[in-house]
Amino acid sequence: MKTAFSLFLALLAFAAQAQTVAPDVLVKTITDEVAAAIKKDKDIQGGDTAKAVELIEAKIVPHFNFTRMARIAMARNWRSATPDQQKEIAAEFKTLLVRTYSTALVNYKEQKIDYKPLRAKPEDDEVTVKSEVKPSGSTQPVEIDYEMEKTPNGWKVYDVKVGGVSLVTTYRDTFASEVRERGIDGLIKSLAAKNREPQGQKAGKS
Amino acid sequence: MEVKRLCAALLLAGSLAGCATPGNPADPLEKVNRAVFAFNDVADKAVMTPVAKGYRAVIPGFMRTGIANFFSNLEDVWVSVNDVLQGKFQQGMEDATRVLFNSTFGIAGLFDFASDNGLPKHSEDFGQTLGVWGITSGPYLVIPLFGPSTFRDGLGFLVDARADLVYRGVSDDVPLRNSLYATRAITNRANLLDASSILEQAALDRYAFVRDAWLQRRRNLIYDGNPPREKDDSDDEPSK
Repeated sequence: MKTAFSLFLALLAFAAQAQTVAPDVLVKTITDEVAAAIKKDKDIQGGDTAKAVELIEAKIVPHFNFTRMARIAMARNWRSATPDQQKEIAAEFKTLLVRTYSTALVNYKEQKIDYKPLRAKPEDDEVTVKSEVKPSGSTQPVEIDYEMEKTPNGWKVYDVKVGGVSLVTTYRDTFASEVRERGIDGLIKSLAAKNREPQGQKAGKS
Repeated sequence: MEVKRLCAALLLAGSLAGCATPGNPADPLEKVNRAVFAFNDVADKAVMTPVAKGYRAVIPGFMRTGIANFFSNLEDVWVSVNDVLQGKFQQGMEDATRVLFNSTFGIAGLFDFASDNGLPKHSEDFGQTLGVWGITSGPYLVIPLFGPSTFRDGLGFLVDARADLVYRGVSDDVPLRNSLYATRAITNRANLLDASSILEQAALDRYAFVRDAWLQRRRNLIYDGNPPREKDDSDDEPSK
């Protein structure tokens, strides 16, 4: 009887939140979808990064806040950029991250992922979704943490930490020294030039 | 004589630090480090990468995993010691149990029996132990042929090398020991081939990217995955 009641309470709480998908559920759903898509796609497995980019654009990009990511990477310099420059930086940074991720996807091997229970209060608007990838063989499991924020359009990721290394803050020093030496437009040019380089080969093939 | 040379080296380091552009405060020796990094890069591209690729092309996957497991099992002995030195007795027991299981059921460590049975691998070394004891990392340092480190972790690395079971176990047979060293190095490099293609794509400035990622990684390892937030972690949000 007591269990039935707590189940009912849990259902109520769930219903109250039903409009927005919970952040950990969202991460898990997307990860599963992407893994399933790669499994079906021989081109991506064969190293077709352009196709991997398409997949990322369709499935992953809508759930990221690239403007906030660019702002974190720019730190102090974000405010000295004009709104147009901010837009350009966010766009180029997004392209860079998407291309980087596509390189990772073509090397993807099926791995077991554990999701840790979400430690958050219902009213929290920023949470960390923690997961752990178990690689084959005797390598240490790798933690992957998603920093997420609540927006009117559902939860969005604004940083990913792999083994404690932030995908975003790792760029801070590079961005800061570019801005110091060549100004904000110089940084935009460097990012654009980097994004025009041809995509690397799949490591196993070359 | 030694002292004089040390002073000269420190002076040199100091003056280099003085004229460096205001980059990462953790990296006052950036100029020297960049030169060593470039050298390591050339050596890696000329020797290690081709060898590792060849190794990956020739040796079947299950054998490569077995070889990597073998070295990992030897390493776990020193991992357990460092667990204890850091006061993590439970983890020390677990890692010692890993060695016991993997050396027996795992056939001399070729199979990672323990990971499949709820005893995951941990990463510990003497540099981390020094970190847990409260010794700060000191300046970032790129070691020739070995890559990213810091003053503290470089010291840890020297201790790790002395404690290494390959070093201790076959001290009387130098050719065998050297071929074990080489096999281990190739195994480790082969495991990183995918990572280097990602790095190539990710970084605007590979030197800075590797440095900043490596420093974050070490910090994360010392705090076993739960580092306290740095002041710097805020994202400079104008609205708040």
